Amino acid sequence: MSLAQTDKYYLPQPSLWPIIGSVALLTMAVGGVMTMHHMNHGGWVLLAGVAVLFFMMFGWFGEVIRDSEAGRYNKQVDSSFRWSMSWFIFSEVMFFAAFFGALFYTRVLSVPWLGESDTMQQLWPAFKATWPTAGPGLTADGLKFTPMEAWGIPAINTLLLLSSGVTVTWAHWGLKKNNRTQLILGLAMTVALGVTFLGLQAFEYHHAYTEMGLTLGAGVYGATFFMLTGFHGFHVLVGTTMLIVMLLRSLAGHFTAEHHFAFEAVSWYWHFVDVVWVLLFILVYWLI
Amino acid sequence: MSDAAHAHDDHGHHAHPAGIMRWLTTTNHKDIGSLYLWFSLIMLFTAGSMALLIRSELFEPGMQLMHPDFFNQLTTMHGLIMIFGVIMPAFTGFANWQVPLMIGAPDMAFPRMNNWSFWLLPVAGIMLLGSFWLPGGAVAGGWTMYPPLFIQGGVSYDLTILAVHIMGLSSIMGSINIITTILNMRAPGLTLMKMPMFVWTWLITAYLLIATMPVLAGAVTMLLTDRNFGTHFFNAAGGGDPVMFQHIFWFFGHPEVYILILPAFGIISQIIPTFARKPLFGYASMVYATASIAILSFTVWAHHMFAVGMPVAAQLFFMFSTMLIAVPTGVKVFNWVATMWKGSLTFETPMLFAIAFVCLFTIGGFSGLVLAMAPVDIQLQDTYYVVAHFHYVLVSGALFSIFAGIYFWLPKWTGHMYNETLGKVHFWLSVIGMNIVFFPMHFLGLAGMPRRIPDYALQFTEFNQIATVGAFIFGFSQLVFLYVVLKAIKGGAKASDRVWEGAEGLEWTLPSPAPYHTFETAPVVK
Repeated sequence: MSLAQTDKYYLPQPSLWPIIGSVALLTMAVGGVMTMHHMNHGGWVLLAGVAVLFFMMFGWFGEVIRDSEAGRYNKQVDSSFRWSMSWFIFSEVMFFAAFFGALFYTRVLSVPWLGESDTMQQLWPAFKATWPTAGPGLTADGLKFTPMEAWGIPAINTLLLLSSGVTVTWAHWGLKKNNRTQLILGLAMTVALGVTFLGLQAFEYHHAYTEMGLTLGAGVYGATFFMLTGFHGFHVLVGTTMLIVMLLRSLAGHFTAEHHFAFEAVSWYWHFVDVVWVLLFILVYWLI
Repeated sequence: MSDAAHAHDDHGHHAHPAGIMRWLTTTNHKDIGSLYLWFSLIMLFTAGSMALLIRSELFEPGMQLMHPDFFNQLTTMHGLIMIFGVIMPAFTGFANWQVPLMIGAPDMAFPRMNNWSFWLLPVAGIMLLGSFWLPGGAVAGGWTMYPPLFIQGGVSYDLTILAVHIMGLSSIMGSINIITTILNMRAPGLTLMKMPMFVWTWLITAYLLIATMPVLAGAVTMLLTDRNFGTHFFNAAGGGDPVMFQHIFWFFGHPEVYILILPAFGIISQIIPTFARKPLFGYASMVYATASIAILSFTVWAHHMFAVGMPVAAQLFFMFSTMLIAVPTGVKVFNWVATMWKGSLTFETPMLFAIAFVCLFTIGGFSGLVLAMAPVDIQLQDTYYVVAHFHYVLVSGALFSIFAGIYFWLPKWTGHMYNETLGKVHFWLSVIGMNIVFFPMHFLGLAGMPRRIPDYALQFTEFNQIATVGAFIFGFSQLVFLYVVLKAIKGGAKASDRVWEGAEGLEWTLPSPAPYHTFETAPVVK
């Protein structure tokens, strides 16, 4: 409130980036639909949309970084960034809540209902409504899968992500003390942990598909497993990319001990991804 | 830092690009507000034409004009566009224009993101409307997108899912922008409990949007993977449950209902005190009532699905929680009435629409209470009683508040008074037309006429014909509105700064029309 009333508020000039972003999303959506319906050249249209989106992100974020380095963001703008990042993370929480809700609903309510009624007993007498399940129809059709075990790769991944939360905080302490070596070292370790996590998850997925019969189509267990861990993995990928940008910016001498919200925003995001993983580890991998 | 800010500030006053580029690249909250409002008006006429086609087909029993599948496409698109393309963008347009003016801020917190929030909407609009020309036509599964029907459709179903994603993205970014602006950019001295009611209602609406739009995104993502990538979220053979979609959808959908009405409450709460020449009665209770409605809205979703089969305990819970919402809503209605009580009332067009809002929205609220009773609802589910109910809250509620707000603030935006006589003509035609369309639908529903059906039994004919006549009166009287708005933009009596005798608030201290840049130095509120 009382922030920076002496400074004039920074109003950016007209910008072309948003409309470029809109063109990108339209192209991606059309290309995506074409691809899903196996139309000719759908993949290329999708790819073109993604390329335009990346172009937009480079241009737009670059402009924001230049504005920031030129010192145009006063304390009030900084405070706006903090509010907005918090609300953005809240929206992400609610996105994951939809999928955790689906997991809860099927495990606790609808799968048991499938085993209770007389109609179901008539239709699929052999079906046992226990978790994990591929559902009565698919099971009757002979679909078999092995559920994912918690105390292998997932446990290692838990360790990796929890450690990465520590290293990113250590990097932040370095930045606040103006110890650039600690900042860069901490960020580099965090990136390395994130990349290792992604590598292990890719291995786990490959193993699930080739050895365990566990696929996206393996009933509601497969669906919730892959959608929850998949969206989480995508967030780790985005977070790792953002951390790499922070690392490159740190190497380029950006950020000061007082003024570094971009770094903090990424670390908030990273901690959020971390917390989601802990929930995943407990509810998806462990308690089955 | 202050030097750099000043040096750069010059850019803000440079001539902005001319022509179409001004609108494509603008970072000005007034420009973007106007874009939202024009988009909303164009979509109102688009989706309104669909409604007239629907009513034409329903003028007589039997099939007259169209194939039943096209009828279903029209009902689906009418719903989707009216909600996501008319009501929500109009309220966001009001927020863009008014929130910075009402809190004494120079612009929105994130002007470039503000531009993107708007320019995503035409993208979604192209995807939705364009799908009419695709093989199989537009989506015909109802705006609620229930599986298994929605999983069986063609290309346009995927396009619609992605359009919903894009509209959600737009809403989330717009809401983050509004919430940050309100929380971080108020003029010194303007504490939360001094904020105009419109700002309060948008703060709470933005919160609802950020909380529920991602849930809708999750729900339609599951539809997308069920359709294209072999998942079984909504297929019992794979252990899923089609009813689960309804739970997730309405967890979004019911707060969405309040997203469509809370800003309306805000507009009405600005207008009634102005024309009653009295401060709003019970300001603090209005704030708490709005917040209570928002919080309760997360606990009532399954009243949309009483007929689907639920444990009795769940039915009872959702029935009582729904009825509980009548308490804060009643507080609001009584406060508006008490504001008018012993006021020096005058009845300019904004006030007429506001009073019609209070009366007719309350009718919609009461039919909502009827539907909240599980045993009654099981009888009335998917009948025209439901259609009557939600059109009373959305047409005479949300849409009337939008008309009221336009007439109220148009002089501030354009610098000209609108034509009061024509405004009143528009009001009376709308209020009469609207009641002729929707009041008979209560009787149709009670008599058992199902909704989303292109043909009906003979005994429903008279009420349907009355409704169709009303629909055409209501629809064509909106051309009067268009004319009044265009005329006020072009010219008319010069509006004073205060515009209305009883107007209070920061926006009325500015010249009319409000200059392109306002409150570059924050005003101090005592």
